[in-house]
Amino acid sequence: MLVIGNIKSKLNSFLIEIGALSYFTSRFFKNAFKRPFEFKEFLRQCYNMGNRSLLLVGITGFIIGLVLTLQTRPTLMEFGAVSWMPSMVSISIVREIGPIITALVCAGRIGSGIGAELGSMRVTEQIDAMEVSGTNPFKYLVVTRVLAATLMLPLLVIVADAVALFGSYLVENTKGNVSFMLYFNQVFNSLEYSDMLPATIKTFFFGLAIGLVGCFKGYYCKKGTAGVGKAANSAVVFTSLLLFIIDFIAVLIADIFYEL
Amino acid sequence: MNYNNTNIANTKVVLEIKDLHKSFGDNHVLNGFNMLLHQGENLVIMGKSGSGKSVMIKCLVGLMEADSGTISVMQNDITKLNQEALDILRADIGFLFQGSALYDSMTVRENLEFPLRRHIKKFNKTVDTEKLVIEALENVGLVSAINLMPDELSGGMKRRVALARTLILQPKIILYDEPTSGLDPITAKEIIILMQEVQKKYNTSSLIITHDVDCARVISDRMILLIDGIDYAVGTFKELSTSQDPKVKAFFKQ
Ligand SMILES: Nc1ncnc2c1ncn2[C@@H]1O[C@H](COP(=O)(O)OP(=O)(O)O)[C@@H](O)[C@H]1O
Ligand SMILES: [Mg+2]
Repeated sequence: MLVIGNIKSKLNSFLIEIGALSYFTSRFFKNAFKRPFEFKEFLRQCYNMGNRSLLLVGITGFIIGLVLTLQTRPTLMEFGAVSWMPSMVSISIVREIGPIITALVCAGRIGSGIGAELGSMRVTEQIDAMEVSGTNPFKYLVVTRVLAATLMLPLLVIVADAVALFGSYLVENTKGNVSFMLYFNQVFNSLEYSDMLPATIKTFFFGLAIGLVGCFKGYYCKKGTAGVGKAANSAVVFTSLLLFIIDFIAVLIADIFYEL
Repeated sequence: MNYNNTNIANTKVVLEIKDLHKSFGDNHVLNGFNMLLHQGENLVIMGKSGSGKSVMIKCLVGLMEADSGTISVMQNDITKLNQEALDILRADIGFLFQGSALYDSMTVRENLEFPLRRHIKKFNKTVDTEKLVIEALENVGLVSAINLMPDELSGGMKRRVALARTLILQPKIILYDEPTSGLDPITAKEIIILMQEVQKKYNTSSLIITHDVDCARVISDRMILLIDGIDYAVGTFKELSTSQDPKVKAFFKQ
């Protein structure tokens, strides 16, 4: 009974959180179209986010490419289907693994960063100071960060995909003596628009979720230094959960289109 | 008990709070607080920590919404203003935050330029941002720090930069939230002297929140003790410090 009660109250607070986040999201869209647009701050955020996550995303992608290829190789060999490797790896990376792994890494890197930054700005009254000096802090801080995350995530996913495919090629090249041209010819032959398009659209939503949740947690941070840590931490947890939900919905929708 | 006899009482009222109530759930912080600030006056508000001083001052500038009561700033009821009008009014009110609240991703220069983004219209067209920044920093003796980041500054320097940022729009009223808290006594004294210089130079009206008795003695024309969420006692420093009321006496006992 205790366990059920616990789950019930967790679910309850999760739903309340979703409600508050929806309100925050509508506030974001209202403010996003108000002039003037804080273009300089937007660019600064784009640069920061890209700069902070590029290396991490690259390394993760590279290792994923290596591991995926190394682990699949023996199985494919058993069936004598090693030549399918490029198409198999490229489809699984571009459709699913690249976007979701990159998004999870960025939830940890970008989402927690935003949560901690806005949280400490809230706690040290910097957000209040902006408000009294006549700058709308929601537009200056939140809108710019959310838009930057929405734009940067697809770009980071493209980098991750490319590096992962390169990692996979390295394995094939050393183990199977496949040339660069041959490998990537097969990759591009097997990839279709129907793989790329839904995967890319999905990544915009991943970015939006990372930006929104990070800002939401930071902007409503509780007072005290413990509050900042909690804002950063729960931004990551909540975003990760949300990413899987979005991914699931995206796959469902894409599936409907495949059947048509 | 009548503490209400001061010579400034005849000048114009720039700030007025009547019957202000504010609660957070069951925590009734303000229960009918009243206050008047006259033109050119230095009014000190003292109260224990957690007594609602910051809440009161935040209601004053519209950062928090009061549950009930009226707040008028230079004859404007701030609860009835729209965002646009509120922003314009805020340009005339300087707010020095408790912990300085410098933007820590920006240099000192950018910190000072920030309020000008919105309010440069307040000055005539020929005014130069750079000149305003330098002048504000000269007022606090920190022109040399113009390109530093806030984390490169000491606590006292931060407070001064924050004061410069408050002054840059040349406000008519300045609200100080514990301007000397967290500073050593010597630095605290420097900040107090600076506040007095500012007052003389720009003829501002000031509302100073503090629990530093020395600060109150030096700077106050009049004082209000905020106890139990109301303006428990009002008067000059001399009147209050010689009061026989045990709750009032507790503040001055050292
Ligand atoms: N945003 C808030 N939410 C809930 N309670 C608050 C909030 N801000 C202040 N309080 C409560 O109001 C009371 C007064 O706080 P404050 O005005 O900061 O005290 P001080 O007089 O030290 O400045 C405290 O009990 C504090 O917990
Ligand atoms: Mg306070």
